[in-house]
Amino acid sequence: MTQLLQDKDRIFTNLYGHHDWTLEGAKERGSWNGTKEILEMGRGWIIDQMKASGLRGRGGAGFPTGLKWSFMPREVGNRPHYLVVNADESEPGTCKDREIMRHDPQHLIEGCLIASFAMQAHKCYIYLRGEYVLERERMEAAVKQAYEAKLIGPDNIHGWDFDVYIHHGAGAYICGEETALLESLEGKKGQPRMKPPFPAGAGLYGCPTTVNNVESIAVAPTILRRGADWFASFGRPNNTGTKVFSISGHVNAPCNVEEVMSIPLKTLIETHCGGVRGGWDNLKAVIPGGSSVPLLPKEICDDVLMDFDALREHRSGLGTAAVIVMDKSTDVVKAIARISYFYKHESCGQCTPCREGTGWMWRVLERMARGEADTSEIDDLLDVAGQVEGHTICALGDAAAWPVQGLIRHFRHEIEERIANYRAGKPVFVSAAAE
Amino acid sequence: MSDNLRTIVIDGHEVSIPDHYTLLQAAEEVGKEIPRFCYHERLSVAGNCRMCLVELVGAPKPVASCAFLVRDMRGGPNGEPPVMNTLSPMVKKAREGVMEFLLINHPLDCPICDQGGECDLQDQSLAYGRTGSRFAENKRAVEDKYMGPLVKTEMTRCIQCTRCVRFATEIAGVSELGAAGRGEDMEITTYLEQTLTSELSGNVIDLCPVGALTSKPYAFNARPWELTKTETIDVMDAAGSNIRVDSRGGAVLRIMPRIHEGVNQEWISDKTRFIWDGLGRQRLDRPYIRREGKLAPASWDEALGLAADRLGGDPSKIGVIAGDLNDAEGLKAAKDLFDSLGVKSLDCRQDGSKLGGGPRQGYLFNSTIAGIDEADALIIIGANPRTEAPVINQRIRQAWLHNNLQVALIGEAVDLTYGYEHLGIHASDLEGLPRKRSGFIKTLKDAKKPMIIVGQAALAREDGAQILRLAGKLAKAVGAVGEGWNGFNILHTAASRVAGLDLGFIPGAEGLDTPGILAAAGQGELDTVVLLGADEFDTTHLGDVFTIYVGSHGDQGAHAADLVLPSAAYTEKNGIYINTEGRAQLAERAVFPKGEAKEDWAIFRALSARLGRTLPYDDLNALRAKLIEAHTVFGQIDHAPGAEGAADFDPAELGADGDVLDAPIALSVSDFYLTNPIARASKTMAQCSSEVAAILKPHVQAAE
Repeated sequence: MTQLLQDKDRIFTNLYGHHDWTLEGAKERGSWNGTKEILEMGRGWIIDQMKASGLRGRGGAGFPTGLKWSFMPREVGNRPHYLVVNADESEPGTCKDREIMRHDPQHLIEGCLIASFAMQAHKCYIYLRGEYVLERERMEAAVKQAYEAKLIGPDNIHGWDFDVYIHHGAGAYICGEETALLESLEGKKGQPRMKPPFPAGAGLYGCPTTVNNVESIAVAPTILRRGADWFASFGRPNNTGTKVFSISGHVNAPCNVEEVMSIPLKTLIETHCGGVRGGWDNLKAVIPGGSSVPLLPKEICDDVLMDFDALREHRSGLGTAAVIVMDKSTDVVKAIARISYFYKHESCGQCTPCREGTGWMWRVLERMARGEADTSEIDDLLDVAGQVEGHTICALGDAAAWPVQGLIRHFRHEIEERIANYRAGKPVFVSAAAE
Repeated sequence: MSDNLRTIVIDGHEVSIPDHYTLLQAAEEVGKEIPRFCYHERLSVAGNCRMCLVELVGAPKPVASCAFLVRDMRGGPNGEPPVMNTLSPMVKKAREGVMEFLLINHPLDCPICDQGGECDLQDQSLAYGRTGSRFAENKRAVEDKYMGPLVKTEMTRCIQCTRCVRFATEIAGVSELGAAGRGEDMEITTYLEQTLTSELSGNVIDLCPVGALTSKPYAFNARPWELTKTETIDVMDAAGSNIRVDSRGGAVLRIMPRIHEGVNQEWISDKTRFIWDGLGRQRLDRPYIRREGKLAPASWDEALGLAADRLGGDPSKIGVIAGDLNDAEGLKAAKDLFDSLGVKSLDCRQDGSKLGGGPRQGYLFNSTIAGIDEADALIIIGANPRTEAPVINQRIRQAWLHNNLQVALIGEAVDLTYGYEHLGIHASDLEGLPRKRSGFIKTLKDAKKPMIIVGQAALAREDGAQILRLAGKLAKAVGAVGEGWNGFNILHTAASRVAGLDLGFIPGAEGLDTPGILAAAGQGELDTVVLLGADEFDTTHLGDVFTIYVGSHGDQGAHAADLVLPSAAYTEKNGIYINTEGRAQLAERAVFPKGEAKEDWAIFRALSARLGRTLPYDDLNALRAKLIEAHTVFGQIDHAPGAEGAADFDPAELGADGDVLDAPIALSVSDFYLTNPIARASKTMAQCSSEVAAILKPHVQAAE
């Protein structure tokens, strides 16, 4: 039995907003405690600690955060360095950054200062999702409080001139892709750039830039205060630390919860969410990491661990750790068709496979959900998804293809049944709950 | 750019490639074909069509070869050179996939598409596509956009490669095209459904890899394989753009650019491209003689007889003005004939320009068009290159964009598509410039390769000679002329002008120049005026003088004429043209002259026989031999002299000393689309003129 996260080890102690969100309240919970001493340890130490903590980016791709910071040029040349925080949390099912910004904003602001210091950036932009209006107001208020307390800003008490700007996006999913985010921040149409060059070489306004997720930055101060070893003591090797999981769908108590990495999915759901609606045996499938990762059927969910490597072994992914639970009443084909529609709607249209492929996949899935298809089309659909995956400029193409591939991998029989039912004139789908 | 070579393996062959090359360039270097739609050498890299995907061994995904640099390739773990495959199964599958995606929403209307037969999508789907489509849904339909009288749109065919958007933004310098909407709803649009206000807009037709943007005037006229293609030279401006004239039977059906890195690269102006309908209208197809106040058809015999009668008289009472579109051979024959008659009043400068007579560098674009790429500071005096030579203007824009070229202008402040410092509108602003200590004069003096461009607006004035001297002095003061670099440039607007000046088609001793001829004619001091396709002046000045018009189009000159001798237009004869750089280029006949019209030189050869002064050549080759014998520059085909002889050239001696006028320097081209008789005969040009004027007018009023 995995050791669950104890309250003393929680980073986000105000995740539910039960306490005071303001600077005063945050300070009582430990924020801004000894920040100056952390900075005095030097850049090299900070980056080494981040590497040693094993923190992997919390935005979805899971790239080691310390390593990412170390890619920034060692010396500042004639171009300034920038830190950009990706708060464009748009992955369906994900709402962890929202809670951090609402209730624990000083974690993020302190993290911004430390990360910027480590990368020799004097400016940090926080790019907020367009729909996050209240969060923007809360962040602006929190930043103002930090300025007034001289924690950040010019001539602050930490000795590192530092400005934070809150930028409110316009609500496009694609602007959560780091290079599209930079384009949008520059005032252009939010379309991903080609890589290389990577942002660490030429990012915002062509200057060295690091783009990090809110959670990755917000956990940094606590890691540095409590030590890399403390953080690394949670979870499995290469999948260390604590993580905020967002669990939604057919559970009795949907919630955000900070837990240890590598917690078994079943434990996570049963401990924190009051279990699956109608009991564990009523589970049909789970999307473990936000809408873009392939779903997992119940057999895998029974014992899978919630971390990058374990989910990868099952050809899915941890993504943003947004767990979407579907019980047996779910029309899973229709559900994936709806996800497909989302990606079709959010494709930026820049490159061919995604622009054309997302619409194609959605239309075929819609027909399949109604049974109006041919069984041979299932393989065609899989092939089309493969033609999208890995052939696009950014990862949206992959994100659009994976749910489809997951569906066919695990629920092909259901599509086939549906097609057969349709041909036989029977109802194509009867919800388990109605039976 | 470093030229470090890197050893890489392409399809099993080890090769050395400069490391700043893209993989696509590397593949082309070794003769591997990489299909592409969005990539274009002269536009920024978009990487969005995904057709050029190749396999990099070791990389998890195929990469877009148009954007990936050789230096970013990763070698093997033991120092093996990086490996790229352009023919592997992975690449084949990627190409098939992209091709299929491009085709699912592309209409199957090739049989009624003007791009058919020269369509990249058609060709590449044949080479790289799969045999059939698996797409069972409805195809997308996209509303057509209005882009003006030149570009026809069929936006359902668009594959969103954004070449047109990048061209408009980067090359043409007008941000009037863009992609609106996202995902499969992304559409290329002009935002406001209005004509593109660019004089280079027609190039998007060539750039479009599919049939989304096609030529409106050429629509449904012909299939590419029916056309006879003739490589020739454009005469709409003095840049001498290299063009290909496509004709069928006796009709020119379209004009396309040819690539010439030194001149037009691969762009041509809209006037060059769409002039062709003017070649079939308002044509002088037989001789005419004015009888009882009206021009009546006549035979060649009759017409030549009458001409010989008139020209046989007192040579001091004859004036000759040559126009803008003449070939060198015609001018040579005319000059030889009038010289033998003793006529002194002849002029090839119908605008009254004060050029000629001095060293050849004094009237050439000496830094050459390609030299613009090297220049670091430029001052434009009395010219609007955007309307006078659009392909030269875009070259200046590229240098401004990419090479940090600093530009200043003396003359009317117009939108040149690049930023410049406006130093004034008067000739006196030029006069005071060399004495200044700061500002743009310092930029010019500090420049390694400064350029001065003097336009006809400054030279075709009463004080043109004085302005020319001031410009020459400025050139000397800033060190624009020296060994290896001659930055003193004259921008001509007439295709025939440099050849005319080279031939010495200017007044002899005691001869009259154009203003002199017109004044004398108006006062009845001349008996006969001969116009060689000269239409760009107020013909009412001619008064009652007997006027002989030799030309191809019934324009102002012909209307004022008493005798019309029909000649061939530029697509209808073999001829030599010398562009503003002094580059002699060969134009070739695409179609035969209309009706009874003859080539200019043949008319003068026939006339010379009537006058008993038979010219010493019976065919074009003999004429050319004489021409080259007298002026070797006509034999140096495609050679631009550039800085040759710059060391001995003193620009400060050009023109004449004296005071300049107070009048501001105006524009020499008031309407880009209507600068010559052929353009004025073209319906397309008339339409462009009115539509673009309607768009630009509100801006002008707002500025006032």
